[in-house]
Amino acid sequence: MLVVEHLSYDVTEEGKQSEILSDVSFSVEEGEMLVITGPNGGGKSTLAKLLMGINQPTEGRILLSGQDITGLSIDERAKAGIGFAFQQPPRFKGMTVRRLLSLAAGETLSEDRCCDLLSSVGLCAQEYINREADATLSGGEMKRIEIATVLARPHQISIFDEPEAGIDLWSFSMLMKRFEQLHQEKRSSMLLISHQERIIEMADQIMIISDGKVEAKGDADEMMPRLFGEQQGDCLCKQNGGGYCNA
Amino acid sequence: MLENVNKNDTGIARLDQVTEHVLSVIDEMGFRQEGAFNLRLNGMAVCHGDSRHIQIVKKEDKPGIDVLISKDAKNEQVHIPVVLTEEGVDVVYNDFYVEEGADVTIVAGCGIHGEGCSESRHDGIHTFHVAKSANVRYVENHYAEGNGSGQKVLNPVTKIYVGEDAVFTLETAQIKGVDATKRETYVELEKNAKLFVTEKLMTHDTQTAISNMDVKLKGAGSSARIISRSVAKGTSNQVFHPKAIGENLCHAHVQCDSIIMDHAEISSIPEINAKHVDAQIVHEAAIGRINDEQLIKLRTFGLSEEEAESVIIEDFLK
Repeated sequence: MLVVEHLSYDVTEEGKQSEILSDVSFSVEEGEMLVITGPNGGGKSTLAKLLMGINQPTEGRILLSGQDITGLSIDERAKAGIGFAFQQPPRFKGMTVRRLLSLAAGETLSEDRCCDLLSSVGLCAQEYINREADATLSGGEMKRIEIATVLARPHQISIFDEPEAGIDLWSFSMLMKRFEQLHQEKRSSMLLISHQERIIEMADQIMIISDGKVEAKGDADEMMPRLFGEQQGDCLCKQNGGGYCNA
Repeated sequence: MLENVNKNDTGIARLDQVTEHVLSVIDEMGFRQEGAFNLRLNGMAVCHGDSRHIQIVKKEDKPGIDVLISKDAKNEQVHIPVVLTEEGVDVVYNDFYVEEGADVTIVAGCGIHGEGCSESRHDGIHTFHVAKSANVRYVENHYAEGNGSGQKVLNPVTKIYVGEDAVFTLETAQIKGVDATKRETYVELEKNAKLFVTEKLMTHDTQTAISNMDVKLKGAGSSARIISRSVAKGTSNQVFHPKAIGENLCHAHVQCDSIIMDHAEISSIPEINAKHVDAQIVHEAAIGRINDEQLIKLRTFGLSEEEAESVIIEDFLK
């Protein structure tokens, strides 16, 4: 279980302090899926990076299965059980896809296991395992490999930052099936940042972050009609004056 | 007889541990005293053998060997490592004659184990005459070790003449221990000849490395692909100067990629020179520090910063 309490993050630029995230609190139960949505620049990716330890919060704390991990480094958090798929994954010159997946798994993976992982994100495994994870791969290919790196080992919670970005329609539906399957297995809690209705629909909980603040959060049953309800014409955040609209 | 080597009844030279260790580093395919081979240890050929299609002949006029590779050699190997465990300067001239249609892998390389306080230096001057349609892969690893304060220096000169329709693959690597190196490479490509070069280099502490390479694309349809990857640590200094000269309809691609660390210095000077309207020559050069995003990504796998850094370097130079 992940518990986030009063998380804030400030940056100082040219002597001026600005607040990127303000007093964000939420929790994700074991096996639960939380989808965070909201306008670009609202602070969603920043929140994900604070959870992974890539940035340190100005205030607040993060607990994973009861352990306070706020002071832990990135690798310590990885060992504590957080998995992370970047919105824009980096490329590695000279590193094969197989090696990248093995590093992600923390052990040398057999060819069969690599193939399974790649197939599960819609890549034809034989074509990819010995290719380098460098600039010769397209954005969509790299993105799917990135998701496979998180699937390579079990986590307490897996964070995916806009997994749908840059992925073609065919692969997208394949990926949705994989996320649905993961969600049903309930082996890991999941935190997804997304703008995609199909991903949001899968959620147990939905949280809207806008302008660095939690604008709304709640169970999917309660949030979905407010986000996408046809009768209302406008989405919840517009009614609330927040300005986020998926339409 | 040298102290590092004893010959047993079967004529196989018994090598000491230091020599065996150095050999295992510079000859990754595994040095064995069988087939065609020649081991040069502290300036002397200590053991050598011919195979049916590959003959090694000691030069009469100067130190070195002629390696004669017959047209019947198919998918064969010849191993000619050099090991220095004593101080001093060793200059050697090796000439390779590869007959038409032969297919061979030549594993060279030099390793220095230096415990002394004066210089250990090996200058290997290698010339390759590659006949029509032959296929040659030349692998050369350079390495030095030992606690001696004497400089460990390697200055190879490599001249390669690639005949019509022949293919030459040059793979060089210098990963550790060599204090100073100056590498001179000269290649000429005839009609439809192909050249593939991969150069890997890592320098640390106060080491210096210079690599100059001139590739002349003389024949129509000739092509060259040159990839150089390097990592410079400490206060080491590297200079790369690959030059592709297109004298005919040809393709050449030169790519120099370096990771710079600590207080090192790298100069990358790819040069392209066209003397024909159908010469297509491209160069790319980049120097940069280890990418932060790569480090962070690997740390999300549970690797420490140091572990992530060495994984990135290891794969970059693989």
